[in-house]
Amino acid sequence: MKPINGLRGTALALAVLAALSACNGEQPHAAGAAVSAAQATQDTGGSARGDFGPPQGEPIKAVLTSPPNVPPPVNRKHPAKVIVDLEVRELDMEISEGVKYTFWTFGGTVPGSFIRIRQGDTVEFHLKNHPDSKMPHNIDLHGVTGPGGGAASSFTAPGHESQFTFKALNQGLFIYHCATAPVGMHVANGMYGLILVEPPEGLSKVDREYYVVQGDYYTVGKYREKGYQAFDMQKAIDENPTYVLFNGAESALVGANALKANVGETVRLYVGNGGPNLVSSFHVIGEIFDKLWFEGGTRFQENVQTTLIPAGGAAITEFRLEVPGSYVLVDHSIFRAFNKGALAILKVDGAEDKSIYSGKEVDNTYLGDKAVSLASVSEASQAAASGTLTKEQQIKAGGSLYNGTCSVCHQANGEGLPDVFPPLAKSDFLMADKTRAITVVLNGLSGKVTVNGKDFTSVMPPMSQLNDDEVANILSYVTNSWGNQGPAVSPEEVAKVRATTQRPQGAAH
Amino acid sequence: MMNRARWLAAAFGLAAAQLGAAAFADAIANDFRPIPAGRFESVIAPQPGVTAADVRAFDLAITPVTNAQFAAFVRAQPAWRRGRVAPLFADTRYLAHWPDAETPTPAQAQQPVTQVSWFAARAYCAAQGGRLPTWHEWEYAAAADATRRDARADPAWRQRLLDWYAQPADELLPAVGQSPANVYGVRDLHGLVWEWVDDAGSLMVSADNRDQGDDPDLLKFCGSGAVTMEQKDQYAVLMRVAMLSSLKASYTTATLGFRCARDADGESR
Repeated sequence: MKPINGLRGTALALAVLAALSACNGEQPHAAGAAVSAAQATQDTGGSARGDFGPPQGEPIKAVLTSPPNVPPPVNRKHPAKVIVDLEVRELDMEISEGVKYTFWTFGGTVPGSFIRIRQGDTVEFHLKNHPDSKMPHNIDLHGVTGPGGGAASSFTAPGHESQFTFKALNQGLFIYHCATAPVGMHVANGMYGLILVEPPEGLSKVDREYYVVQGDYYTVGKYREKGYQAFDMQKAIDENPTYVLFNGAESALVGANALKANVGETVRLYVGNGGPNLVSSFHVIGEIFDKLWFEGGTRFQENVQTTLIPAGGAAITEFRLEVPGSYVLVDHSIFRAFNKGALAILKVDGAEDKSIYSGKEVDNTYLGDKAVSLASVSEASQAAASGTLTKEQQIKAGGSLYNGTCSVCHQANGEGLPDVFPPLAKSDFLMADKTRAITVVLNGLSGKVTVNGKDFTSVMPPMSQLNDDEVANILSYVTNSWGNQGPAVSPEEVAKVRATTQRPQGAAH
Repeated sequence: MMNRARWLAAAFGLAAAQLGAAAFADAIANDFRPIPAGRFESVIAPQPGVTAADVRAFDLAITPVTNAQFAAFVRAQPAWRRGRVAPLFADTRYLAHWPDAETPTPAQAQQPVTQVSWFAARAYCAAQGGRLPTWHEWEYAAAADATRRDARADPAWRQRLLDWYAQPADELLPAVGQSPANVYGVRDLHGLVWEWVDDAGSLMVSADNRDQGDDPDLLKFCGSGAVTMEQKDQYAVLMRVAMLSSLKASYTTATLGFRCARDADGESR
């Protein structure tokens, strides 16, 4: 009882203060009443006012969409019975170029199918676990009122189906996820998605809507280590992800898969964070959220740069596009973006408006690099595997890799930055000693070096996360570009140097 | 006992009369290995507050039952044929992977039988004079690797188990007996199929079996008694319990088989 008394005391004191400060002629009581009336009209009433009675009309089969697509607005004035059919599939899919991972999915995609309903709807939920599944699964929808969020009622063995029904009492944007033991592993394998519960009046019309969910992934191999990669439980417990991704793959939303929009349009992003561990600092480089429904809730904030999205949470952002170009969606906990894959592109077409922006590309340094097609890289890997790799293939693949890994410091033209990053173009240091060049890439370099007569004392981090093929291709590229001419560097030469030097742990870009 | 022995003899006699000699030998070729009595820390507490489980000496089949072995059983006991079995005892996918109701394909013959219900697995073992192992027996034997009776603390052992769990089940099952024998001489306890246990029902998410914990609802949505599970770092074992707890006794799935056990004196319980 004590704390309650204490609170009451504080309230009384505030009331007295308000009364005292009202001596300048204002009418404190009337003002207070106005405030509470305003609050009452703004308050949506939560779950207590979310039941609009029994469902009307024929049952409706929910339209489910794969990411990044969003189902059409509900556009309905009465509560209905909505049937959701969601199938669990366990699938081998590409998490990064040449890297396979076994995803557990709701609907065959990561994130799972987008579900869109109206507040007050009665949802008849069918969870089907495909016969090829090895694991039992269930679903916990954060938009469900009731213990377990549906998990208790949806625990489903492979080759079976469960059904449960709930009424969506709260409006908002909610994560759903699998809650079968071990929960963390089911989530880490991609078992999450979003369900949007529209307010009864619907949402305002926008030109485009997209669906993006961040997740963190834990593989036994390092970032971009090729081949099949198994789930690493210890890394997951240590919260040390190998990948942090939007929509389950490094390539999910870049290049040809980029989100698209036009100048003059307003875009709404439904952004979730499946976790299992990380909290996202969600940001769109070069844009400002005109409106942001923080945590997917009812009210919006305006003019926001970056928003936190908790694991098991979501946000709605809206912004109007004025300037064409590539906008980069990132987790602004920024190493995740450039070293673990948390990048997506929104490509905006339209006429430039120099009065708003001078016209320089928004994200040239960041993006140009990452958005490059890695087709040449995979072509080179295949050629290397079959023993037909040519110097030209190496140089081409090396160029793509260089742009993604090296050009931030050494620049796309190989000139480096005066007094900071040494040039590679016509570099005497680079061309003098092939083995030394390999060693520098693998182990990094710190301390004074003299390049073309100029001294540099910066630090290059070790790049040993690159495999032998990649290092060989990059070096073949830099020793045969910008006026350099040299022999190709072979993966065997790289392997030899790697074997004879200590490999630093935790190497990064 | 006499009655049971006579009944079994009759059953075998009937089976022998119906089958070729080779097929019959196949049907009973479940070799067993003795598992000595012991006490171990189970992931499932035998009783609240008690973490160590006592396991009496028992015999465990070296490998899971194969399709060929189960086919011989079905031919001997037609009540367990696909299409003839009571729906109460097996769901519609029971033995659905066989081209006909009595015969697996040659490729399937030495694969572990899957798509079998708990009832059918139990009937098979009973027909062999055995029974299904209990969860604690299975867990106790499966804690071993090639050199140790309890390898569970070894991170490499755990990762090997998890690697299998992480793979989808759409690939062809290998034949039984391919994996290295553990310290008892038993094979395939991990990395091949899930296996029924006799007391799977007590791990189940069903209204009548889950009301023993502090908060049965909590147990349900955590999927497998995760809350009462001891040794929470034993994820691989936890997932096996999760799998078993998602099943009803009539359920069949593509990755779930079984093996038989018997008491150390050769009698079933």
